[in-house]
Amino acid sequence: MIRFDSVTKRYPDGTVAVDELDLTAPSGKITVLVGPSGCGKTTSLRMINRMIEPTSGTIWLDDEDTAKIATHELRRKIGYVIQHAGLFPHRTIVDNIATVPYLLGWDKKKARSRSLELMERVGLPPHFAKRYPAQLSGGQQQRVGVARALAADPPVMLMDEPFSAVDPVVRDQLQAEFLRLQEEIGKTIVFVTHDIDEAIKLGDQVAVLRVGGHLAQLATPAELLTRPVDAFVAGFVGRDRGYRALGFSSAGTISTHQEQTAALGAPTPYGAENGPWILVVDEKQIPQGWLDLDGVKPGENVITDGMLYRGGTLATQGGTLRAALDAALSSPSGRGVVVDDAGALLGSITASEVLALIEGREREPQP
Amino acid sequence: MTVLASSSSSSPLQFWGYFMDHRSEDLGWLWDHTWLSVLPVVIGLLIALPLGWLARRYRWVYPPMMSITGLLYTIPSIALFVLIPPIFGLGALDPKQVPIALTIYSVALLVRVVADGLASVSDETIQAATAIGYKPVGRLFRVELPIAVPVITAGLRVALVANVSIVAVAGTIGMSNLGQLFTQGFQQSTPDAYYPPIVLGIVLCVLLALVLDLSVQALNRLLTPWRRAVRT
Ligand SMILES: Nc1ncnc2c1ncn2[C@@H]1O[C@H](COP(=O)(O)OP(=O)(O)O)[C@@H](O)[C@H]1O
Ligand SMILES: [Mg+2]
Repeated sequence: MIRFDSVTKRYPDGTVAVDELDLTAPSGKITVLVGPSGCGKTTSLRMINRMIEPTSGTIWLDDEDTAKIATHELRRKIGYVIQHAGLFPHRTIVDNIATVPYLLGWDKKKARSRSLELMERVGLPPHFAKRYPAQLSGGQQQRVGVARALAADPPVMLMDEPFSAVDPVVRDQLQAEFLRLQEEIGKTIVFVTHDIDEAIKLGDQVAVLRVGGHLAQLATPAELLTRPVDAFVAGFVGRDRGYRALGFSSAGTISTHQEQTAALGAPTPYGAENGPWILVVDEKQIPQGWLDLDGVKPGENVITDGMLYRGGTLATQGGTLRAALDAALSSPSGRGVVVDDAGALLGSITASEVLALIEGREREPQP
Repeated sequence: MTVLASSSSSSPLQFWGYFMDHRSEDLGWLWDHTWLSVLPVVIGLLIALPLGWLARRYRWVYPPMMSITGLLYTIPSIALFVLIPPIFGLGALDPKQVPIALTIYSVALLVRVVADGLASVSDETIQAATAIGYKPVGRLFRVELPIAVPVITAGLRVALVANVSIVAVAGTIGMSNLGQLFTQGFQQSTPDAYYPPIVLGIVLCVLLALVLDLSVQALNRLLTPWRRAVRT
């Protein structure tokens, strides 16, 4: 657990970057600090490992006052990941990751095998071990940065916009893998970002800061979307709040309609029960896309990949209301496809049926 | 200067014959020239490291330090040779005055090189090293200096080659080094021009500069395998 106890940072030029901050980052959870540029996120984060010293107030690491721990010892207990990774260009990947173990005096063999184990954890192939950072892409470097921070198994990780400098596709991937990794390792993480979507996606709790270093709201992502405390938070959380909040509401067990299907590779059927669109599945009943029967000659063609409309999203049984609504809205037939955990077709649901579910659910959001 | 000008041809191309005739003396000068060029750079680097670190660590130190070292470099070498003995309490032709002068030049050149080399380390790398728990000294030697090696060796190459030519000037005031060959050439050029010792001096100086330069390049390659690693 990390606890800020009325922490203030005033820089020598008079700028108050953080003002009387009270905040607790619980053990084993991801606490995200989010806010516009210059609101004091980086300053707050760096006060935890004392790269920046607070002007007043105390930061507790469990029941220890961080001001009373020698800085280099404190830092070796806290993993730190930054934008652009900040890898050591003159060291191979394996040695970059093993930096803290070396500093802690582990023997070389143990440090390296730990390093290789971490490479696997963060999804880097073992033959990268002998490469130098300049030989890796931005996303790969960022994985090395995460592995390096984890090398000595510190209980705490600080991350300052670690995924901001990579392209959106890689960012999505890194975020998903980061969440999976955190499920396994359960670190106490303080994560800084200026991107509210990232905050909502990753945070167990989200602290919204406003310029001047004030905490505007500390809440779960769902609470933040449904009950922003003031106009600033509402504006920052942004548009589509209602829709995005559905992403935190379970749809429960959806009762679906049976959906007529055609098989990929079979001749085009002569007609469908519900209008021109028919759902095409493969031999495992996995939906492949929709076929517009108005656009094909019945019985003459074989259904091929190229004929399918693939724009529709799929909702998984037991998933969120947002996924269910999106499946219905994105389907050309107006019928959202619902699948089981294995991806096989269960049936369909319409947008108005999802809306009925939304209206029927408990009005109070469950935090 | 026991050799008579008439004992060999005065063609510039006769330098090889001149060398063979005076081998032991010339090799002695070459050796002296070598250590006079190298040692001041080594000492200069050792002095420049903390000064360059200071100029990098405390930004306000950088501008005055660069002005002072820049000024030092503009003092003509011959004047510096003459000034050093009184300042350091040495005899007028003390053999130490040349290495002292060259060390001053080397420091003047290398302070900037070290400061710029340390500045070439990216901020993120320094932040990461600090956050990981390096103490300042460990960070300097394990992270910052290794990354600054290419910039520093580039400076060393300049300093070494410059020293080879400045040492020769010291030869003309009587110090033992390849500069003596030029003195000999001038002395033997009366009444007619006599080139072999002069050409020999030039050839040996150029060869020495080349060898020293290549050695530093080799050292750089050895210390920076990471610079050759290209994205695959
Ligand atoms: N070393 C410094 N000296 C003076 N002001 C600073 C310094 N570092 C940051 N600031 C100021 O403090 C405020 C908060 O900065 P920072 O914590 O970096 O914000 P964020 O990470 O949220 O963008 C900004 O107004 C910034 O200009
Ligand atoms: Mg920042």
